[in-house]
Formats: sequence, C-alpha cells, structure tokens
Amino acid sequence: MTTTIIWTVVAVTLLGLLLAVVLYLVAKKFKVEEDPRVDEVEKVMPGANCGGCGFAGCRAFAQACVEAPDLDNNFCPVGGNEVMKKVAAVLGMEVAEKAPMVAVVRCNGTCENRPKTNEYDGYKSCKVKAALYSGDTGCFYGCLGCGDCVAACQFGAISMDPVTGLPVVDEEKCTGCGACAKACPKKIIELRNKGPKNRRVFVSCVNMEKGATARKACKSACIGCGKCEKACPFGAVKVEHNVAYIDFNKCKLCRKCVVECPTGAIHDVNFPAPAQKPAPKPAAKPAAEVKPVVEAAAKPATEPVAEPAAKPEKKEE
Amino acid sequence: MKKTFSIGGVHPDDSKISAGSKIEVLPLPKTVYISMIQHLGGPAKAIVAPGDRVKTGQVIGEPTGFISAYVHSSVTGAVKSVGLRKDLNGIQVVHVEIAVEPDEWMEGIDTSDTLVTDIPEDRQFILDRIKNNGVVGLGGATFPTHVKLCPPPDKKAECLILNGAECEPYLTSDYRIMLEKSEQIVIGAAIMKKVLGVSRAVIGIEENKPEAIARMTATVSKLQSSAKGYDGIEVMTLKKKYPQGGEKQLIDAVMHRQVKSMGLPIDVGAVVQNVATSLAVYDAVQKNMPLITNTLTVTGNCLPADRQKNYLFRIGFPLSYIAEYNGGVPEKAAKIVSGGPMMGKAVSNLDATTQKGSSSLLYLTEEQTVRKPESNCIRCGKCAEACPMGLEPFLLNKLARNGMMEELEQNAVQDCIECGCCLYSCPANIPLLDMIRVAKGEVIRAMRARTAPKK
Amino acid sequence: MSKLLVSPSPHIHADISTARIMRDVVIALLPSVVVSILYYGWSSVMLLAVSVITCILVEYLITRFLMKSQCTISDWSAAVTGVLLALNLPPACPWWVAMIGAIFAIGVVKMTFGGLGQNLFNPAIAARVFLLVSFPVAMTNWAKPAGFINVDATSGATLLGTVKEGLAKGDSLGQIFAANDFSYLQTLFINIGGSAGEISAIAILIGFVYLLARKVIRPHITLSIWATVIVFSGIFWLINPEQYTDPLFNLLTGGLLLGSVFMATDYVTSPMSARGGIIYGVGIGLLTMLIRYFGSYPEGVSFAILIMNSVVPLINKAFKQKKYGRA
Repeated sequence: MTTTIIWTVVAVTLLGLLLAVVLYLVAKKFKVEEDPRVDEVEKVMPGANCGGCGFAGCRAFAQACVEAPDLDNNFCPVGGNEVMKKVAAVLGMEVAEKAPMVAVVRCNGTCENRPKTNEYDGYKSCKVKAALYSGDTGCFYGCLGCGDCVAACQFGAISMDPVTGLPVVDEEKCTGCGACAKACPKKIIELRNKGPKNRRVFVSCVNMEKGATARKACKSACIGCGKCEKACPFGAVKVEHNVAYIDFNKCKLCRKCVVECPTGAIHDVNFPAPAQKPAPKPAAKPAAEVKPVVEAAAKPATEPVAEPAAKPEKKEE
Repeated sequence: MKKTFSIGGVHPDDSKISAGSKIEVLPLPKTVYISMIQHLGGPAKAIVAPGDRVKTGQVIGEPTGFISAYVHSSVTGAVKSVGLRKDLNGIQVVHVEIAVEPDEWMEGIDTSDTLVTDIPEDRQFILDRIKNNGVVGLGGATFPTHVKLCPPPDKKAECLILNGAECEPYLTSDYRIMLEKSEQIVIGAAIMKKVLGVSRAVIGIEENKPEAIARMTATVSKLQSSAKGYDGIEVMTLKKKYPQGGEKQLIDAVMHRQVKSMGLPIDVGAVVQNVATSLAVYDAVQKNMPLITNTLTVTGNCLPADRQKNYLFRIGFPLSYIAEYNGGVPEKAAKIVSGGPMMGKAVSNLDATTQKGSSSLLYLTEEQTVRKPESNCIRCGKCAEACPMGLEPFLLNKLARNGMMEELEQNAVQDCIECGCCLYSCPANIPLLDMIRVAKGEVIRAMRARTAPKK
Repeated sequence: MSKLLVSPSPHIHADISTARIMRDVVIALLPSVVVSILYYGWSSVMLLAVSVITCILVEYLITRFLMKSQCTISDWSAAVTGVLLALNLPPACPWWVAMIGAIFAIGVVKMTFGGLGQNLFNPAIAARVFLLVSFPVAMTNWAKPAGFINVDATSGATLLGTVKEGLAKGDSLGQIFAANDFSYLQTLFINIGGSAGEISAIAILIGFVYLLARKVIRPHITLSIWATVIVFSGIFWLINPEQYTDPLFNLLTGGLLLGSVFMATDYVTSPMSARGGIIYGVGIGLLTMLIRYFGSYPEGVSFAILIMNSVVPLINKAFKQKKYGRA
C-alpha cells in the first residue's frame, strides 16, 4: 500500500518536472518580441475594446500608436483628449486637441408625427428591415426603430424610447465612438460636435423627398423650404436634395433657423430657454410634439417660457 | 421512380385552391402605371414624355446595358407623367403613367388566335424578336430571356428544362396556362430548343398536377406527329417537393447534375425556363407580341370559393384595382403576398402595379402568417435537413448575427437560394432566413469587390 | 383588413414547435411509464412525480429569479428530462435521490449552460451518472417493490450485473444463465431487474416507432448504436460464447434500448447531420460494449452517451452534411 503511494507521488512529481521543462523551452523558443511601450499605452487606454478608433481593440490601437510616426491619425473617441494626452506622454509625442463628439439622431418621426402604414413582422433588425422594404411608415428615410444602434452601443448610451419609438442618446454615457452611426442602415445617426455647454442645433430629419411628400409621411419632416438657409447669418445651413443640413463647424448657435423652420425639424438642445422669434408667428403648428421649440414659437413672444430648468434633460435627438 | 432533387426540401401543404378556375381577362383600368424596373439588371430608360400618345405594344422603355430589357406600353392612350412612384416595397421607381383609351395595337403585332406551329429557321431572327419584345424569365427572377438563350461560346447547352413544377403552394397560374395554352408553351419550348441548338427539352411537372401532365404530354405528341422541330421534347413527372422549381434543384432532379457554387446552369449544360416564359417566347416570336400580359392568381384561404381566380392581366395595373375587381381585400386578410407564400414578397403598398413577373395576390390571415416568438435553438438540425443547398442555416444565422463575414463565406452563405425552407421548418421559430439573406448579400458584395480589381 | 403585416419571406410556417416535439417525446415515453408503474407500483409513481415536479420547479425558479428571462417550462423540455430521469432510476431508490438528481439535471447540467439548447450533456443521463457516483448503494439497489401486477421474477440484481459477477467468479455464461433461469422472452416484455424504464423492450420500441412516425427523430443514431453493438458483441461471442454475452442479449438488456432511443437521440446533445449521427452512434455502441465486456461497471450506456456527448461539437465540425454543388 505505502509503496503504491510512494510510487504514485514520485511518478507524478517526475512527470510534472518534465512537463515544466518542456513548457519553459517552448515559451523560450516561441517568445514574441513586442515593443514594451505597447503595454504601457494599453494601460492608459479605456479598455472598452469598442473599435471606435477603427482598430480591433485597445491593444491594436496601442500597437498602431506605437508604430505611427505621429498621433494625428489616431484618436480614441472614448477616452478623448485626456487619454490621448496620456498616450502622447507615454510615447513622448505631441497631440492636438480634438473637439468632443456626440451621437445625434436625425429623425423626429415619432409615432405621432409619422403614422404607421403597415406592421413589420420580421426579425427585429434595422438591417433586415431596410433590406426588405421602405419601412412601416410613409417615410423611406427615417428611423426604422428596430434598435440596431442600441445593440451596437458598447456603453449603454442609446436606448429606445417606447413612446416615440426613436432611439435616445444619453449624452453623459456617449463617447462618440460612432458605432451606432455605422450600424444605422438609414444613416440617420451622425457624430456631431458636442458644442459649448453641450448646446447644439441640428436638423432632425434626413428625408430627401419633395416637401409635400415628406410632409405627408411625417409632420415634422424637413421639407427643404430653404427658410433656414436664408435665415442663417453664417452660411452654416445648406439645403440639398430637399433636406437641410447644418454644418456644425460653422454654426454659431444663434438659433435663427430654429424659429424659422415651419415644421419644427430643426432642434436645439441644452439651451436655457427655447428659441424665440422677434415677432409672433401666425402659422399654426402641430403643437402636440414634445419639442419646446415649436410650442414656444406658437406662443406670443412676449410671454417668457418658464421651464428651462427641466428642458436640458430632455434630449430628443 | 419519380425524380426529384437529392438534398433537403420540405412538403408544405399544396393549397391550390384556385386550380379549377379558368383564366379570365381583366378589363382595363382608367390609368396604368408602368414600371421601368420589371427585370433583373439595368433599369429601362423611359423614352416617352408627358403628352405623348402611345399605342398598345409600343416601346416606352429602352434597355440600359447588356442585362436589361425593353418595356412596352400595355395600353393605348396619352402619357400623363413619367416620374417616381412607389413599388410594392414602397421604394421609388420611375413609372410611366398612361390614361387608358380603347386598344389600338402597334403595326406588326398579330392579335389573332391562330396557332402558328412552324418554327422560324433564322436563329438571329428569333433572338431579336425575343429581345425586342422584352421577354424576361417569369419564374420569379425576371432575368432577360435573350441573354439566357445566348450562352457564352465556350459553354455548350445540352438540355433545355422547362419549369412547370410550380412548387409554391397556392399558385395556380402556371397550372392554368399548361391546361389552357399547352400548344403555345410547347411551341415556345421548340423555339428555345432551336435557338440553343439542343436536342433535348424536358418539361418538368410535379405529380400533384396530373391534368397538366396529361394535357402537356398529349400536346407534345400531337405536335410531334403534325409538325417539324418538336423531336426530343418530353414531359417528366416530378415528385412533389419544395423547392423543386428552383433552378439548381430542377437541374439536379432532371439531369442529376449539380451546378457548382457561384456557377451558372449552363456550366452543366442546362438552360432552365419557366413555362410562362415559354408562352411569352411563343407570343414574341410567332405573333410579334411584346410581353405585356401574364397570368396572376388571386387566392387565399380567407377568400370565398367563388372569388378564387386566375386572371390575365396587363402590366401596369394597380394591385388595388385587381383586388377591387375581385371584390375587395377580405376582412380576415392580414398580409398580402405578391408571389408564393415561400418566396413571394409581402406587399406594403397596394397601389403598386403589376409587372411582367407578377404571379399572384395571395391573402394570408394573421393566424397563418404571423411570426411566433423566437425561442432557443434546440439544435434539432431540421433547418439543415430542409436546406436544399445542404447548408447549415442555424450556423449561418449565428454567424450573421455576429457579423462574422469570413466564416459566413467559408460556410457557403453565398450558395443560399433564399427558398425559406429553414425558417419554415424551425420548431423554435427562429427567423433564420431574415438574417442569412442580408448576410448573403454582404458576402457576395465582398466577394465581387475582391475579384473586381483583378480584372 | 385590420392590419397589414409585412415581413421577409417565407410567409408560412410548418406546423411544428419545440413544445410539440417535446410533447411527442413524452407521449413516446408513456408505454414505458405505464409498464414501470404496473410492474413497480407506487414507488415508481412517486419517483416519476418527484422527478418531473422537481425538474419543472427548478427550471421555473431559475428562469424566473436567477436568469430573469422568459420562463421556458411551457416548452415541455423540463418534463421530458423529469420523466427520463425517473425511468433511469432503480425502482427502490428513495425519493430524495430522485429529487437531488432532478435538481442536478436542470440546475447544473442544463441551466448553467444557458438553458434549453445550450447544454453540452444530456441532463437526464448526466444526472443518472452523478447519482450513480454519489449514491452507489441507492443506485444499485435492485430490490423489487410491490407492483400492480405480479410477475414471478426474483430480483436482486440486473441481468448484466449478475453476468458480470458470475464471470468474475469464473463461471461460464451457460452456468450463469441456467442458474438465473434466463429467457429472451422476459427481456421483451418484463426484464428481470433494472431501472424503471428499462424493464420492457416492447414498450420502448413502441415509443421508437411513434417518434419515427411523427418525424421527431431520424433513425440514424439509434440504428447505428444497435448495429455496432450487434457487430462488436457478435465478433466476441463467436470467438468465445462462454465468456462473452451474445448480441441479442446485449441489445435487449440493461439501458441500451432506452438510451439509444430516448437519450442518445436528444437533439441538443447529438450531432446535427445524418453522417455525424452515424459516427456518434458507432461511438456509443463501441464504448458501451467496451465497458460491458472489460469495464468494472456492468452497464456502460450512460457513460458511453455522456462521453460521446462531449465530442458532439467536434463531430458537428468534422461531419457536415453534403453541400449542393461542392463535391
């Protein structure tokens, strides 16, 4: 009995030693030489492996940074300038600051604005739905509402609003990695400048149909009337293919376009008070939307609107 | 031993409810809207302008590119507009709008009923007629027929296969034309046989259509005994199995040959044409009649028996007009399908108009068609068992959901024929094909992009 | 029309669902259940009840409170596991053993992997092996409880166990069979001794035919197990009929029929393709016979299935079905 135990112990120990030697030799022989700075850079990365930088993950990004002659073409959207500064410090390079970006949903086709014309019954994926047909509303261009962007977001920054049926971006969580913009088959999500105090003005519509058709499908569609283009003192607004687009690099956030827009397609977010027009605007608006803009425009301009405190939280993009 | 394809397949219920109803001619609506995309390949370019007067059978759209087709006016009248209009998927397509007046046919079109059994000798003459009359494949893909009948010089056709399988449930239009226009179909087959220079033509019909088999067999022997050029045509009874009418499956069933991945039927010496295409070829060659009519089935379990119809329609008729003429959309219908229930398209816009390839208006009830909630895959392998291409849909679906393009290609997602057998037979109600179809498109695009620069 | 549905094709679905398949398996098991109740009486009823109820309850609790996902007990798969486990237990086994087995089957083998469709091993088989290792005495106590019908069979061990013991003592098979008054007819209807579900070959075969008729399973796996067992034991039997049991004996005794019809054909833990199924079946057959002839346990079906379960992912990779046009 004892001899059996002794023999077993001896045999297993010997086997263990032998294998340890083999492992050591293998590790020695197949060792991969790597720049130690890659490890250091990786340490300062956020570690989300989201791929927002265009590389397969944080380590791949670190590798690219180490190999690149400068950091101009590499940017970690998640970590932003802070992380890039750290990376630059590790590598002893210079880095230019970039303006922080945020995902913006350019569709306001809520269930109310954009009535459903049929019911989609296939696999709940925007990609599949877009490949099949024009969607369950009259608008070919708008949000399909199946949440591919939600699935694509690594940071839980996008969720579907059950009331509007549209995705909502949580500005706090959004890192501007752009995964949602890539996932959206209708290209309604755009990375835009976060703006001073998070204030932004943008056209919340990408419908390229002619005005009447667009309006028929959706009450808050951009009809390409061009009023905003004329109103803009900075030449930031361009109407092309029946839809307006605001260049965020030129926009000075004066919000003249917001009041001009007849359908409320231009949104302003995080401003203390809704945009106001100097003179009362006669045109009746569909005031039912959740947009403070339109409500205010319909009211007499003299009446101060006293709900700014709550408004900045309401992000409708 | 009846023949069928060797891999996979499913047996959905026939439901050929409208089989007994004779083809009726639909009266003309007040306005027709003729789409410029009625075929695979480059869209036709409209060559008429608002205000122009067109006659029935006049060319209104010209082909763009090699794979494209002519589009003809199906009515006489004034062009009201040429512009974008939504097709049955709600996608904007150029349509020519024509206000309908009584028919005035273009010169040179033989509108009589006389049967012309003599086959023209000149091969080029036949091909020109087929091309100029805008004939496209009517089995579903609407591939221009003249292109298919001109195989590249290094490939040799050996056998023409005429697809009379009509394996999709509910559809009966092919069945009706095989009963009512069997002579024309056989003559069309003889014409295509002549163009291809093949000695053998097989008309494959599934066993669930015995009257069609009898009728077609009788017609073939009658024509063989009375006229020249009909030798080598035979009718073959096939076992009932979906998707027998798939090109690759039909070749496997009839010739016991399999087309290589990404290959064409001509690689194994086969050319497959639908029976309805054969009828169109007859009209085009023997009568110089452009392809402006086809047969369409209006059916569905929720439709009363007296409204189960097979209609002869012209292109450009609004679907809503046909539905109204038939007595309106049934109350219980929850989905309208253009085409069969396995591969047809769900109509989201009933104002869309009929096209050359339209084959049905199928009404399905919510109970019949609504997708049930998806549950866990139980790895039963029924999808793989059903796949006529021998693929593994459960795997492809997983890969597609994770966007694994390389693995998708390795697992042959590009071979998928989108027949729907996998989704049809999944006990867990997983929408397999929905995702696989999209992934297939992406993989094929990636493959093309890879090979393109090498040219 | 009230609403207009739009979806990608196909627009119809076969009359098939997970619940229907699982229900069919339960129906196919009914003959065996009836026989076991008739033969083993109330103790069999109790084992079945405890096992099935525990399986369903555990699955409910885990999906509801632990995974917080959709409850899956309505798909009948937990019931199938419960019935199979009960049929795999010795009739005299105490109720708490069945309960522990059921908790292990669902809680550990099935749900830790993610529930139905995700488990690597067949829950019932894994639980049986777990119990066999954990409670060897309770799991090999083949005393026959009072049944509703009386068959004059004395029982103390399974046939396979008796043979193994006899051979170990150095007896020849002829002597062992003669001493135990063995006949093949017994195995067809009521086997002497064994798990609740193993006692009647006829009952299991009825279930097999039903499953085939309903197209729930394909015959490949089951038949290849049988063929392997017959060929393997046939060769040894021809060499030495006094040392090795004959093919028919091996086919009809022990858990082979129950295992090959109901456990090896479990969708989740068996290969997808027909070719893979045959390889898998041959593996089970070979392992079973190796354990029976040369192993220390008298019966090896459970171990064989468990071992082959673990190589199913490899088989799935290596033996795919033939693709069209890719010869």
